[in-house]
Amino acid sequence: MGELHNDKRNILELSFSAVSANVSLARLLAAAAVSDRDITMAEIDEIKVAVSEAVSNAIIHGYGNDSSRTVRMRLEVSERQLMISVIDEGVGIADIEQALKPSFSSSEERMGLGFAFMQSFMDAVEVISQPQQGTTVRLYKNLQ
Amino acid sequence: MEIDITTKKMNGRLWLMVRISGELDMYTADTLRRRLDAALAQAATRHICFDFAGVNFIDSSGLGLLLGRYRQVAPAGGALLITNCTPPVYRLLLASGMDKVLQIDRPRVRADQGRQ
Repeated sequence: MGELHNDKRNILELSFSAVSANVSLARLLAAAAVSDRDITMAEIDEIKVAVSEAVSNAIIHGYGNDSSRTVRMRLEVSERQLMISVIDEGVGIADIEQALKPSFSSSEERMGLGFAFMQSFMDAVEVISQPQQGTTVRLYKNLQ
Repeated sequence: MEIDITTKKMNGRLWLMVRISGELDMYTADTLRRRLDAALAQAATRHICFDFAGVNFIDSSGLGLLLGRYRQVAPAGGALLITNCTPPVYRLLLASGMDKVLQIDRPRVRADQGRQ
């Protein structure tokens, strides 16, 4: 895990304001990046959910809904794998183990299922974070 | 996202009928939450029926909205029903365990669920 296969890579990068209206744009880009692959609609739906959760987390938890901040998303598509990095430079996660637990949420009316969905729907998930320095979530999906 | 909220008498109960089309994420959930709160404040019922025939995407923000409305109406004896789910929405409702809390009708079959 963690190494993207270096065959005919296509790289897409997007930077956008940390506002909720941009979440749909992020997941549409991810879906479009694999739309020419032999992949089911259900799998595309799952990628969209995972991206939506990662970007929502960056906006809500990373930046506390501060619309002046910027979320970056980088997609690397190879023949065999999709890797999506969602990057914020926000407050970071003090206890990643705790954050990954289902039903853990620091916000009212949030399900606390964001990371659970990412882990269920993608083949691998990496979370790299340091308090006050930000968080990078990497989502991997095998395309073969 | 389009939202249409009406009231309807069904099975001897008055229901707040909420028909939504589009994608239900953290952005649209905020809009829907405001519309629902306003409608519930004026409605003479605590029963809500969501028609999800036009909803093709939901994430945990949308699920949180549903759970929040259930917690809002349940103490007053209200019911929350979800009908006409599309398959991706139904899968997520099951994956989250929402079917153990909310009343969810089985989805219609969608023709485009095969491989592209």
